[in-house]
Amino acid sequence: MEYVLSILGPMLEGTVLTLQMFFITIALSLPLGLVLALARISHFSFLSKPVGVYIWLFRGTPLMLQLLFIYFGLPFVPVIGVRLEDFPAAVVAFALNYAAYFAEIFRAGIQSVDRGQYEGAKVLGLSYLQTMRRIILPQVIYRVLPPVSNETITLVKDTSLIYALAMNDLLRTTRGIVQRDFNTTPFIVAAVFYLAMTLVLTWGFQKLEKKYSAYEA
Amino acid sequence: MKKIVAENIDKWYGQLEVLKKISLSVDAGEVVAVIGPSGSGKSTFLRCLNRLEEIDGGRIEVDGEVLVETGAAGVVYAPDADSRRICRKMGMVFQQFNLFPHLTVLENLIEAPMLVKGLAKEAIIPEAEALLRKVGLFEKRDNYPARLSGGQKQRVAIARALAMKPEIMLFDEPTSALDPELTGEVLRAMRQLAEEHMTMVVVTHEMGFAREVANRVVFMDQGEIVEEGKPAELFSRPQHPRTQAFLNSML
Repeated sequence: MEYVLSILGPMLEGTVLTLQMFFITIALSLPLGLVLALARISHFSFLSKPVGVYIWLFRGTPLMLQLLFIYFGLPFVPVIGVRLEDFPAAVVAFALNYAAYFAEIFRAGIQSVDRGQYEGAKVLGLSYLQTMRRIILPQVIYRVLPPVSNETITLVKDTSLIYALAMNDLLRTTRGIVQRDFNTTPFIVAAVFYLAMTLVLTWGFQKLEKKYSAYEA
Repeated sequence: MKKIVAENIDKWYGQLEVLKKISLSVDAGEVVAVIGPSGSGKSTFLRCLNRLEEIDGGRIEVDGEVLVETGAAGVVYAPDADSRRICRKMGMVFQQFNLFPHLTVLENLIEAPMLVKGLAKEAIIPEAEALLRKVGLFEKRDNYPARLSGGQKQRVAIARALAMKPEIMLFDEPTSALDPELTGEVLRAMRQLAEEHMTMVVVTHEMGFAREVANRVVFMDQGEIVEEGKPAELFSRPQHPRTQAFLNSML
């Protein structure tokens, strides 16, 4: 027990980095995913086609590869080549990758809303934006909560990939301690930390689902 | 005065001509019932009037304003802002109600006046409540649509359309999705509206309603208006064999 207390400090520091990574990625990828979804279902092919390619690229290659490429490879790309610090590079990779998955979830959600809802809104004179914001998206949120919850929980664990950029998140910190002390107890402590984070998320999404299900019979 | 003038409306789905240059005009305060077998194009025709479907030829004038006309350059609709303003003169009630499930009954009524007309919530709630009383659903104001019966939903849909103060009401088979015992309450609300001299175009299978409430009945078949006339005449002495066959099949 005393040993566990002695390693809590550095592990909490690692957790802070993990949580920063998590919250910034969510804050960026959810809105980006929504915009991509709207572009994907747009009637304008100059919008929908490139977004289709984007989604294919980011879902079709390993997140680890994207992470490494943005950190190590991007500086060598002509024109857009920039050298990013490790934290921003990781944020960009996670946000772009998760936005692709969220885009597909939102697209499915939007397309699952009955055509009659658009017609009902149209004959009342609502514009496209008003229809989306006030009629369609509120119904979409409820429908996509379960898959979004899934992705979010996956993201908590995916953040551990940043060990590849030598960033000291929860998992890399833990591994350092294990190697230093020849003791595997920190792995169990780390597991408890991850479980605690996902428990809070699960509980939060359950609350949201309940709130948005008020209108279901 | 003519509220709706539709001339030579042509509509194609691919190779299939679903409306064959049909013309119909509706006077202010007139109730026109459109009847006919399924697939006759009557719903499509109704949906062309408020631009839920776009036409491939012809001309539509609503309340003295041109919504769409066809010239040498083809079909030309009024500019978007005008088109939306013209179409707002027509309220519509659908077969499947199309209420907004995430909003309460009262919110369903006030949403469009708030968003489209920019009215303050407090200003429209009394009117919305009056409309709900009129259709007999004031006590349901805070319920979500999922809690209502089909007949109640359709009465809310009628009230919601009226909340935008339309000049004309279009009904697209308003009772077809209802259990038979629930059609009466919806038809009563429509009859009341007709008695207040609302201009109405009603696509329906309810021959009783067409006979008793409509000023004029239009029989459509295979994308054409086959026959039209006063209900008493059309129902008792149909002239065209297709009308006779249809009316016989309805008995």
